Amino acid sequence: MSAIQPAENEPFELKASAITLPVLRLFDTDMDRIGERLSHKIDQAPDFFHNAPIVIDLSALKSGDATVDFALLVGLIRGMGMIPVGVQGGNELQNEAAEMLELAILGNGGERKTRPRPKPKPRVGANAGDGDNGSGGLLVTRPVRSGQRLYARGGDLVVTAAVSSGAELFADGNIHVYGALRGRALAGVNGNASARIFCRKLNAELVSIAGRYKVSDSISREHWGDTVQIYLVDNRLIVEPV
Amino acid sequence: MARTIVVTSGKGGVGKTTTSAAIAMGLAQRGNRTAVIDFDVGLRNLDLVMGCERRVVYDFVNVITGEASLNQALIRDKRCDDLYILPASQTRDKDALTREGVAKVLDELGKTFDYIVCDSPAGIEHGATMAMYFADDAIVVTNPEVSSVRDSDRMLGILASKSRRAENAEEPIREYLLLTRYAPERVAKGEMLSVDDVQEILSLKLLGVIPESADVLDASNKGEPVILNQQSDAGQAYADVISRYLGDEVPHRFLEARKKGLFGRLFGG
Repeated sequence: MSAIQPAENEPFELKASAITLPVLRLFDTDMDRIGERLSHKIDQAPDFFHNAPIVIDLSALKSGDATVDFALLVGLIRGMGMIPVGVQGGNELQNEAAEMLELAILGNGGERKTRPRPKPKPRVGANAGDGDNGSGGLLVTRPVRSGQRLYARGGDLVVTAAVSSGAELFADGNIHVYGALRGRALAGVNGNASARIFCRKLNAELVSIAGRYKVSDSISREHWGDTVQIYLVDNRLIVEPV
Repeated sequence: MARTIVVTSGKGGVGKTTTSAAIAMGLAQRGNRTAVIDFDVGLRNLDLVMGCERRVVYDFVNVITGEASLNQALIRDKRCDDLYILPASQTRDKDALTREGVAKVLDELGKTFDYIVCDSPAGIEHGATMAMYFADDAIVVTNPEVSSVRDSDRMLGILASKSRRAENAEEPIREYLLLTRYAPERVAKGEMLSVDDVQEILSLKLLGVIPESADVLDASNKGEPVILNQQSDAGQAYADVISRYLGDEVPHRFLEARKKGLFGRLFGG
C-alpha cells in the first residue's frame, strides 16, 4: 500500500515541502568578479552544479540598496549550467528587478512576504501600435529614454527608434534596434545562446547574449557606429557588419 | 479647459524658471489667461524672477491645505492683466504637495484659465514628478552639454511612463525641446554641442534656441521676465518660442556666430 493516498478525481495535491537549495550569497555586485569566482568554484565540482537550482541571497550585500544587474547575473548563472529560481533578502527595488526576470521572491527565514500585487503598469514607452506583436515579443516605436527598461518576455524586442544611453533592453529572444543603440542591450537573458542583437548604429554601453557581455570599451572600434549584428560563437561575442 | 504645460529639465540651473516666467508672460501678452505655478517648494524663485516677491501673502501649499483660497493666493501681474502667479512656499516641506491637492488646484484653475505653466524643480524627486504628472505639454529645457542632455533624456523617459496621460493610456504628452544658453561661437570652436547634436540624441520637436545672453541674468535680477526686453536676442528668441508653441512656423534665429559688422571690425569687439 502506497504511503500517499490520492484523493478521488484529483489530478494533483498541493502541499508545502521544505527543500534545501544552494544559496549564492552576494557580497558585491561586480558581475565580472562574480563570474570569474563562480566559474572557478564550478570547475571544482561540475557535476554537483549541473542543472542545480540556486537561490540568490542579497541580504549580505555591502551596500544594501545596490542595484543588482539581474539580467547579467541570471545569464551568468544559466551560462554555467545552473538554474536560478529566486531571490531572498532583497529590498523592494531589487525584488521588482528580480521579478522582471521571472525570479521568485522568497521570504527570509520562513517569513512570507504578502505584498499586494501592483496593478499592471502600462508598458513603458507605449504608443499606439506598440505592444505585444502576437509572438510574445514587444514592438516599441518611440525612443527608449535613459532610465527606461524594457523586457520582451519569451520573444524578440523590436525598437524602431533610438535607444538612449542609460536605457536598458532585455529580451529572451533577439533584439532589433532600427535606430542608434546607445544604451544596453541584453538578448537571450534566459540563457538562449542563439539569440542575436541587430542594430542600425552601434554606440552601445553594453551588449550581452546569454550572459556573455562586452562593455563599450571592449567593443572593437572597427565597427563602432556601424550597422551590425552581434552573436555568440563558442562563448565569444562576435560583432559583424550586416 | 486649460492646457497644462510643464517646464522641466532634470538638471538644475539650465533656465527652467527663466523659461517659465518668459513663456507665461508671452502667452498672457497674446491675450491668453495664464497662471504660472512654482512647484519648487522650499526653494522658491519664480516670485523673484517675476518681480512679485514682496506681494506674496499665501502660497501654493496654503491653498492645498485649505488655509487660503486660490483667489487669495494668486498674484496678478502688474504688467499684464492676463497673468497670475501662484508662488511656492518657502517654509514647508516638499511632501506638502499631494497628488490630490495638486489635482484640485489645477482643476480649479482650469475653469477660468487658458494655460497653466508649471515651473518644475530640478531633479526627479517628488516636486518634479508632481509638476509633470498632470501635464498636457512638456517643455524640456536643455543646455548644449552632455550631462544636461542625458538628464533631459531621463526626464523624457519619466514623462512617457509616469504621467497621468501615460497611466491612463491617453494620447501622450506633447514634448518640446528648448535649448538655452546657446553660444554659437563656442559651438563653432567645438566646445559646445550643436543644435543638431542635441537633436540627434533627443529626437524631439525643437521649440526654440535661446542664445546665451547677459540680458537673461539682468532680467532675473530686475524681476522682469526677459521676454519683455524685445531689444535683447534672448527676449526675441522667447517671443519666437511662443509663436511656435501657438502653431506658427517661425524660422530659428541666433544659431550662427554673429558676424562682426564694420564698426566691430574697425574697433575690435
